[in-house]
Amino acid sequence: MRRLTPLVLVVAFAVVVGACADGSSTTTRAPSDTTTATTAGETTTSGATETTAAPTTTEAVATGPYEFLDRAKAGEFAGTEVEILAQWIDAEAANFQASLQPFIDATGIDVNFEGITDYETVLRTRVDGGNAPDLAQIAQPGLMQSLASEGNLVDLSGWFNLDQLSQDYIASFVDLATYEGSVYGVYFKGDLKSIVWYPVEAFASAGYQIPNTWDELIALSDQIVADGNGSPWCVSMEHGDVSGWVATDWIEDVLLRTAPPETYDAWVNHEIAFDDPAVLNAAGLVGEVWFADGYVFGGTDAINGTWVGDTQTPMFDAAGPKCWMHKQAAWIPEFWPEGTQAGVDSSFFYFPPIDADYGSPVLGGGDMFVMFDDRPEVRATLEYLATAEAAKGWIDAGGFVSPNQSVPLDWYSTYPNDALAEILAGASTFRFDASDTMPAAVGQGSFWAGMIDWVAANGGGTEEVFAEIEASWPAS
Amino acid sequence: MSRAVEGRTRRARDLTTALAGLVALGLAFAGGYLFLKADAGPERLMTWLYRRIGLEGQADAIASRGFDPLAAKLMVAVVAMLLGVGGIWGVYLATNRLVDQFPDRTARALRPWVFVGPAVVMLGFYLVFPAVGTLVRALKDDGGVIENLKFVFTEPDVLSAWRNNVLWIVVGTAGSVLIGLAFATLVDRVKREALAKTFVFLPLAISMVGAAVIWRFVYYWRPAGEEQIGLLNGVFAALGREPTPFLQTPVLNTLSLIVVMIWLQTGFAMVVLSAAIKAVPTELLEAARIDGASEPQTFMRVVLPSIRGAVLTVATTILIAILKVFDIVFVTTGGRFDSDVIANRMFQEMIRFRNFGRASMLAVALLLVVVPVMVINVRNLRKQGIGA
Repeated sequence: MRRLTPLVLVVAFAVVVGACADGSSTTTRAPSDTTTATTAGETTTSGATETTAAPTTTEAVATGPYEFLDRAKAGEFAGTEVEILAQWIDAEAANFQASLQPFIDATGIDVNFEGITDYETVLRTRVDGGNAPDLAQIAQPGLMQSLASEGNLVDLSGWFNLDQLSQDYIASFVDLATYEGSVYGVYFKGDLKSIVWYPVEAFASAGYQIPNTWDELIALSDQIVADGNGSPWCVSMEHGDVSGWVATDWIEDVLLRTAPPETYDAWVNHEIAFDDPAVLNAAGLVGEVWFADGYVFGGTDAINGTWVGDTQTPMFDAAGPKCWMHKQAAWIPEFWPEGTQAGVDSSFFYFPPIDADYGSPVLGGGDMFVMFDDRPEVRATLEYLATAEAAKGWIDAGGFVSPNQSVPLDWYSTYPNDALAEILAGASTFRFDASDTMPAAVGQGSFWAGMIDWVAANGGGTEEVFAEIEASWPAS
Repeated sequence: MSRAVEGRTRRARDLTTALAGLVALGLAFAGGYLFLKADAGPERLMTWLYRRIGLEGQADAIASRGFDPLAAKLMVAVVAMLLGVGGIWGVYLATNRLVDQFPDRTARALRPWVFVGPAVVMLGFYLVFPAVGTLVRALKDDGGVIENLKFVFTEPDVLSAWRNNVLWIVVGTAGSVLIGLAFATLVDRVKREALAKTFVFLPLAISMVGAAVIWRFVYYWRPAGEEQIGLLNGVFAALGREPTPFLQTPVLNTLSLIVVMIWLQTGFAMVVLSAAIKAVPTELLEAARIDGASEPQTFMRVVLPSIRGAVLTVATTILIAILKVFDIVFVTTGGRFDSDVIANRMFQEMIRFRNFGRASMLAVALLLVVVPVMVINVRNLRKQGIGA
């Protein structure tokens, strides 16, 4: 009988553990399975109401357009956890946290936000490993589409107030988050890419004028070189596993200025070849800046080797700017050296038009949030991110444009938001970042890789590089 | 009661306990699985226990306020460990008891299988099954076997990765073994041998990723005229030389990364070879010296032939590690600037581009290349009497 004791222990253990897992006891937290099984609108925390002293009396909270957000604000999901993953680090992460904080304070939901580098690889790995975050930021509609096609994303239709969404957002932002008729994402952040940063004071004291045409831009660059004032341009694109996107932005911006928007759209959708003459022409113009002798600080080695966040640092050199112009979206001041201030040390002008026929186009991008796990508190968080309220924290921190049109314009009264709004108002066309919309194998694969090769070859073999990208376009 | 009858009843009783044991194990695993899977499992366990022993107050406290997350995690860990360790123990105990029921000869034939069985099943599940899955994907996904083969053996980017792999193998293996051998020989005569060895051996304790991060800073490049924060370019700047973009210049970048691998692997080579050198009989060395052999001659003709087996083992082991190199490349260059290697390419195809067929074909090709080296390695180990 003595030799039997281990078996007895095992049996006893099985009984104890089984009893605990069968769900008969009363606890506050219902197993996630049961909460998701009940349909929207009738989820109540099972069995918890008797044991907890939940303040059910304070029901008179103002009701908004979003159901779960209202319920969250009534304290219904207090104590639950929501995990958010994004590629925002450093100052950007702090700004996003500032945007989240009012929600956390109002609802008691424990929102864990994590900003990481090598973002896409990590997100992919976690999704494949069944360890997806609840909400994730996505910059590429192409990535959203592939995640949705694999059935990883939660469809917003049915529970999300889509009427409110189309009321707050222009149609194209809803369309970009739509895959096969279902909405999967909510845009949170917009980016304006068609701007060029310059050192305000040094510009004035050197007597340089803000260029209004491409020719003036080139003339100014030549003059800076001739004056012996260093390099006219700060360009670099090293960014871990997403290196190369700076080049694609440039080519897209120039393409919008040298070809009709229809050509741009056809290029994005692969209705014309990737190496269409219009695209090669745009690449040629970009090359005139990037590969001209003495134009770019540090030359092509610096373009490929310097981290994007450090691109503009030489502009703030104590001995005067080592490079004078930097084409980058409005978030870049977050990465400037300490002690520099946007609008004071450096401000921006609109990347000038090239062909007058195509007006003043604006290239933009944006980040949406998609949802991987359908729980009421996650729904509430996503609904919050769709509100103007959620944009407030980051707008106040600066350099943020919300794609949400219900954001009151006077929130943008400070620099640089007012200047960005002005450029947007003057735009004749607005187009979303092409590489972000193309299939991932091209937009985040061969296009970026091709640009790195192109720069490494000092702009040589342009046609071959683009033909190779064309060949890599997925067959289907 | 006759002895035969007594034996039969005992046998029957043993059979029952063994079967009951297995059933109990099954229940325990099912319960444990539910416990670990269920939300707030530890809370439930504790509230249930408290209620059983009549501490309603405590139970309510946990039910309403939840549990300290650390305590919850610890409890999950304990349950997992109990199930893991206790479960394996139980399985062996119960199956052994079952085998006892058979006549002696059958039992003797069965027992090894019972003990080896779980390991074989696990290996099959975690190694053979995925390997077969990979092969199937390589043959069927992404336009089929022909397309995938074409990709692996004709695509310029992949060819460049293969070329780099060859460079890694040749320079990396030779470098690690030769430097390791040199150290082992020289250090053999040094007074503070252990201390000297420790310094060479230390890098081995650093993870590949850690080493890659360290060396990325060593190679860091900034445009001329900027402050160089990389060690090597810092030295270059101090000497008045132009900074070199180590990681962006093809071939130089691959060689620079191989140096990282050598730095990591030399310690291993040194330790194994040093032990082998010490095992060379002193009589042999003395005899050679008495016969008038010079030091280099003794080394080449006596020591080296004696430690040939160890050199081969070290070389093949390092070679296998180098064939799989991924971390160093991924962290430093990400395969950009013509520094790609097969393992990194495989990762990119799978994780970034979702081309499972292409990635699988790369994996299969890599496996086929590694197999002969493994065979040599194992055979050689056997010859030396290490392993079985």
